This record gives sequence, C-alpha cells and structure tokens, in this order.
Amino acid sequence: MSESPSTQAEELKLRERLAKLRDLPLLRGVGVSGEMARLKRQLDRMAEEEPSEDEVWRSVELARHQDRPYTLDYIERMCDDFVELHGDRAFADDPAIVAGLARFDGRTVVLVGHQKGRDIRERTHRNFGMTYPEGYRKAMRAMELADRHRFPVITLVDTPGAYPGVTAEQHGQGGWIARCQLLMVRLGVPTIACVIGEGGSGGAVAIALTDKVLMQQNAIYSVISPEGCAAILWRDAGEAKKAAAAFKPDAVHCQELGVVDAIVPEPGDGAHTDHDEAARLLAESLKASLTELEPLASDERRRLRRRRFRTMGLYLE
Amino acid sequence: MESRIDVTVENRGAERDQDGKRHPNTCPRCHSHYREDELERTLRVCPQCAHHFPVRARDRVVQLADRGTFAEEDTDLRSGDPLKFFDLRAYTDRLAEAEVATGLGDAIIAGAAAIERRPCELAVMDFAFMGGSMGSTVGEKFARACERAASRQVPLVCVTASGGARMQEGILSLMQLPKTVCAVDELQEARSAFISVMTHPTTAGVLASFASLGDVIVSEPGALLAFTGPRVVQQTTREKLPDDFGLAESNARFGHVDAIVPRAELRPFVGRLLAMFSRES
Repeated sequence: MSESPSTQAEELKLRERLAKLRDLPLLRGVGVSGEMARLKRQLDRMAEEEPSEDEVWRSVELARHQDRPYTLDYIERMCDDFVELHGDRAFADDPAIVAGLARFDGRTVVLVGHQKGRDIRERTHRNFGMTYPEGYRKAMRAMELADRHRFPVITLVDTPGAYPGVTAEQHGQGGWIARCQLLMVRLGVPTIACVIGEGGSGGAVAIALTDKVLMQQNAIYSVISPEGCAAILWRDAGEAKKAAAAFKPDAVHCQELGVVDAIVPEPGDGAHTDHDEAARLLAESLKASLTELEPLASDERRRLRRRRFRTMGLYLE
Repeated sequence: MESRIDVTVENRGAERDQDGKRHPNTCPRCHSHYREDELERTLRVCPQCAHHFPVRARDRVVQLADRGTFAEEDTDLRSGDPLKFFDLRAYTDRLAEAEVATGLGDAIIAGAAAIERRPCELAVMDFAFMGGSMGSTVGEKFARACERAASRQVPLVCVTASGGARMQEGILSLMQLPKTVCAVDELQEARSAFISVMTHPTTAGVLASFASLGDVIVSEPGALLAFTGPRVVQQTTREKLPDDFGLAESNARFGHVDAIVPRAELRPFVGRLLAMFSRES
C-alpha cells in the first residue's frame, strides 16, 4: 500500500488514540506490561490496516450474507459426531439456538450456537436466529451439563439480537440473558466463543462470556444494529452506513478495543465462498485456544475470565 | 391539617407549552399539575392518581437513605470517548452538556449509606443523564459499588432507571453487561445480599445484566421493565401489545419481580429486607 497523505494522517490519529489508551486505566491492576505489548502489536498492525467506512460496511454485508456458513454448517464440518439436545426442560425448544454434545479434535465438547435459516421456510422456523428466553435456558442447561462432565464449551455467535416480541418479554427475555451470563462466569471448564456472523447486542453477549472470544474476519459485533443506531441517533434508518462507520462493529476495531482476543481468518472473499475452508480455519483457531486454556486450573480460568470482563471499558479518573 | 392549594383545574389548559412538551410537574396520567414543593412532599407521586414521577438520583438518595449517611465515592470518574463518536453531535459534547444539565458526572452515583439504620452500599441511576444509559463509567461505578459492598460485608441496594447500553461507546458499552454480571458474581461469592430496585424505566442492557440479578427484585408501580420497549416491539413484530405490556404489574404476573412497592413504602420495605440479611442478629 502506498503512503498517501491521508493514510499518514490516519496513522497519526491512531497513534494518538493508542497513546491515550495506554495512559488510561483501560486495564486496571495486574498484567499491565503484557497489555502494553499487546497494544503496541495492535498499533503496528492497525497502522497498516485501519478499515475505512466502506470496509466496515463490507463487513456488515458479509456478516449477513445469505450464503455465509451458519452454526450447523460448521458443526457438520468441524465435528466427528454431534448429538443435538433439545428443549429447555421447562417449556419449549427454541430452534434459534442449537445446543449439543460434539466430538471435536479427539474430545467431547458442548457446542452452543445461534442458528439462522437459509431459505424462507427455515428462516421462519429458526426465527432468523433471534432467540427466545427458552433458547438461553436450553443453552444454560447444556453448559451446566458440560460443567458437570468437564467438557469444554464452545459457543458460536450469530444473531441479529434477542427476539423483540411480546411473549419473549413475558417469558423474561432480559432476566434470562442476565442469568445465562452469570452461569458462564462460573463455569469451571474452558470456554470459547466465536462471533461467526452477526454479534447482535444482548442476544449475542448472552452466550459470549467466555475465557477466549474469537471473531471471524468479516463478522460484526455490536451494541445495536447499524439500522437501529441510525434510526435513533440520525433519526433515519437509511444512515446505517454512517452509523456503522461511527460505532465500528468490525473485527479489527473489536480487537483494538480488547473485546476479542483473536481474529479468525476467512477464505478469499469471505466465508460464504468456501464453507469447507472457513470451517477448517475456524477449527484451527478453536483448537489453538483450547490447547491454551486446558492446562489451567478451573479456579484460575474463572479468575482470569472474570478479570477479562471486569476490566472492559474506557473511563477517565 | 396542612392546607394545599389545588391547582389541578386551573392548570389543565396549560399542561403543554409551545413546543407541545408537557410540563414536568404535570401528571401524564391524570393531568393534575403540581407546584415543585407539593411534588417534593409527596415523594413525586401524584396524590390524585398515584402516578410515580421520575426521581433524580440525589433526590432518591434523600428519599431512601438515613439523613447524612450517604458518602459518595468515585465522584471523579468520567467517560472516555473510545470511538471518537460523532453522530449529529460529538459524544464529548453530549457528555459535557449532560453534566451541566444534571450536575452529575455520569448516569449513576454510588457510595456507602444506611437505610433504616442498616448499613449498606447504595447505587442510584439517573435517567436525566443521557437516558440513564450504561457506558464504561456506569459499569465501572456499579462494579466498584459491588466490590465495596463485598469488602465491607454489607448488602448492595441498587436503584435502576436506564434506557440500556450507551450506543456512543459502541461495543464497549455492550461489554458493560458481562462486566457488571462479573461484579455481581463477586458480590454473591462474598455472600453480600443484592437488592435490585427497578424504577421506570429499566430496559435493555441494564435489565439484561445486573438489574435482573438481585437476590430480591423490587419494582415501583407502573415502571416499564422490558428488554425491548413497546415501540420497537410494535414496529418490528406488528403484534398487538397488551395494555400493560412490559409494566411492573405485568412482570409481577409473569413472575419476574418479587414485589411492587409504592414509593412511600420503599424505604421501610428495603429496611426490612436489610434486616433480614443482617449478619448482626
């Protein structure tokens, strides 16, 4: 890439931003030197590839691409066997979330993921990957099972958000999202989340409170959809592109902010072009993270997990 | 008996100003209008129809805590602007403006207090500060309140009023959900009680994190407690909403809150709970 004046200005801006980040109590307490090194690495990488408004929007489009592999596509390719578990043992089975026992890289794991549908019928059946409280209860049941039997937990995040409907509210949408997170803080087993498409707000973070959070190259992870943000702040849902550029839901920015630990590469022009290769790359990253997490004692993992999230945020004091 | 000038009738015609906005002291339900001192005396509850007006954080502390016991902490904590966020205006401008308008550093205040002579940690949110939205500072202040409660071995009482996560901080505001959940986990590990008082409105990110994790969940009458508010549910699903959609009463019917407590009874009620959790006797 040639050094045009605008990219130099951009780099200066980034350096300034990181310098400020470094001075702030972004990560309180221990491990400061490690964090500094991480920030420096990120600076080097970012200076090369700060995404533009168009690139951010491309991520949004690719993350929602209709041919993008979904949870079941990955399970089929990454796992030697998979037994799906159904129902929340209370009330219903939510098809927007898939949970089950899987054989992955020579061990049994519990795999939980949002599931969108590809054609209209399946999409309606899966409710476009928008979960009801029943779905989070199913996820919690599967994760409790994992904890009992010492199976690692892998979650795949791909949802526009938790379902905004009357019955979902009546069944306690907010409360179950909160309780699902609380359960995940306490799991003694290694836990890994990967955002594989849309990481939409509370519905996404409900199953992403894990030791390691990965994100695919063209996935997005955000507090609100670009359209929703534009509708509220610009009072015009048509300004979604502008909104996305402002709140930066792409993987590079999420890593820069310390929200994700690693970016999982995608084949060529995106995961939708080659499902097999996308699954191979994802499996590789998951294996690497598992190998890193498994030697730790469960108390240590819990402590690190809690600190990972406890230190999120940027404030001045 | 104290005499009170009834201004209800005279002010009916003047309940909206030129901008079409309702005067903050006009009851949105029965349109009664009150002088400031009248509302203060009734804890900002409409004497005609029992509508609960919003309460600012500092007023709430006065209503709930024993006089002079609240010792605020982390008063210098302010939000950063991690994204250099700019919509129609800069986030930093909005922050500065909110601080001037409310006299608060962010949408929550927290510190040690006593309620009915029982020591506790008290955290109170203020909807007037950017819709009570939760960014890094709100998350941090809540988490520190949990830590202080845990280390002092006292219960935490948190009064919420929030529209959810603060969009202007992007993904970092979403990360305040797991962060505050982690803080509650630490609180529970230390066996400190957590009394969550949900007031109007407690929605989205705050409902989907710490507010729902109280050992006891109390709500004020008529408060909206919903992950998604009625307007968005209506627009997205085109469903017909029940009249009491998302209100405290509906939440109680579906089993999501332990008690609906009118404002005048809140302080003695919280006091009773604190006594239940007391480790002294």
